[in-house]
Amino acid sequence: MSMHHIQVTINGKSHEADVESRLLLVYLLRENLNMTGTHIGCDTTSCGACTILFNGTPVKSCAVFAVQADEAEIRTVEGLVQDGKLSAIQEGFHEKHGLQCGYCTPGMMMTTTALLAENPHPTEDEIRHGISGNLCRCTGYMNIVKAVQYAADKMAEKVEA
Amino acid sequence: MIPPTFEYVAPKTLSEAVAALGGHENAKVLAGGQSLIPLMRFRLASPAMLVDINRVEGLSYINEDKDWLKIGSMTRQSTVDHSPLVREKYPLLADAVSVLSDPVVRNRGTVGGNIANGDPGNDYPAVMLAYGAEVTAVGPKGERVIPITSFFIGLYESALASNEILTEVRIPSPKPRSGGAYLKLERKVGDFATAAVAAQVELDAKGTFKSVGLGLTNVGLTAIKATAAEDFLKGKDSSDDNIRQAAQLAAEASMPIADVRGSEEYKRSLVKTYTVRALRKAVERAKGG
Repeated sequence: MSMHHIQVTINGKSHEADVESRLLLVYLLRENLNMTGTHIGCDTTSCGACTILFNGTPVKSCAVFAVQADEAEIRTVEGLVQDGKLSAIQEGFHEKHGLQCGYCTPGMMMTTTALLAENPHPTEDEIRHGISGNLCRCTGYMNIVKAVQYAADKMAEKVEA
Repeated sequence: MIPPTFEYVAPKTLSEAVAALGGHENAKVLAGGQSLIPLMRFRLASPAMLVDINRVEGLSYINEDKDWLKIGSMTRQSTVDHSPLVREKYPLLADAVSVLSDPVVRNRGTVGGNIANGDPGNDYPAVMLAYGAEVTAVGPKGERVIPITSFFIGLYESALASNEILTEVRIPSPKPRSGGAYLKLERKVGDFATAAVAAQVELDAKGTFKSVGLGLTNVGLTAIKATAAEDFLKGKDSSDDNIRQAAQLAAEASMPIADVRGSEEYKRSLVKTYTVRALRKAVERAKGG
């Protein structure tokens, strides 16, 4: 068995762990660290439910080994709330009914976080393209698009205010 | 869906990586891992050791000199997708990267991985065949250049030796009046192509084909270079009639198998239609349209 000591910063907090080389990042989060906000859907890079930010970039944590996250900065859905308040993106998904069963939502919101950081005023096409690696089987995406637009508007207001 | 156990190293230099690869039987390179990790989880791949090259310095870049566009093998697909240089001067590559898997996978997947993996469903093999690209590989004896036409040997099999690492892909810089296009049919974002066609053309001042590159994705054990169609077009004018005849030859060169994505006949017909459309688009772009 190949064991490795890693240090990884998750939502601003440093964690250390001894991991087997074959442990996937999503299992480190969910099972070793008990952060079950990140979901496992297809388990094979298709659905995007396990999307997290890896050094700021959305990646599917079912296709990265935990040992690869050594010294990395990870952000998960648990890190979206700030000062006890929902982020603009979380608020958008709530206000615009951007979820039904909620399974895809953590991954969807992490992809949206990076999308809006890079492109604060996306068109509908850009939103649909941006979230095309995250599957939702309930909403038909309409309300997810509206949620992202709500978040973009809300974040723009804050900047102006 | 837990992969079998394996040894893991993440060297910081290429020479350490090559040494690690050669020092272990059944060692494999871990690049973006977006194909390899799922394959390991299905236990379709069981390497005894992974040499993770994500921490090797100097393998991520996009440079152009007067002869070549040079892309480091660990360059992420999203970097290629966002490159203004690629969008402006390499439309075939820009087309392909925008439909390669999905945006989240593209953040992790690498240029070298898509080529070295040797899956006929990957998009770059056909693109590189159409471009007439080269790749460089580094092994214990140093670097060698491999023309892409001799790189793909079989299903998941390439010209790379087990102790070599693909380091760079070189695409010829476009000549005046050249253009390209990649057309892919996929059932949904992120799926492998039902079939896809890569076309790269160069015209002379009269609109005659000076050179033509055609690559076909996922209609054989490897990507296919449609040489009969390429040869047919060379020296001929870029009329629709010639393009249609070439597309028929491309369809005949394809060797699809029936699967969930469609029958052999359907895929062959798709190759024909998409070859027509890819060539038309490439010609239009070559004429500055």
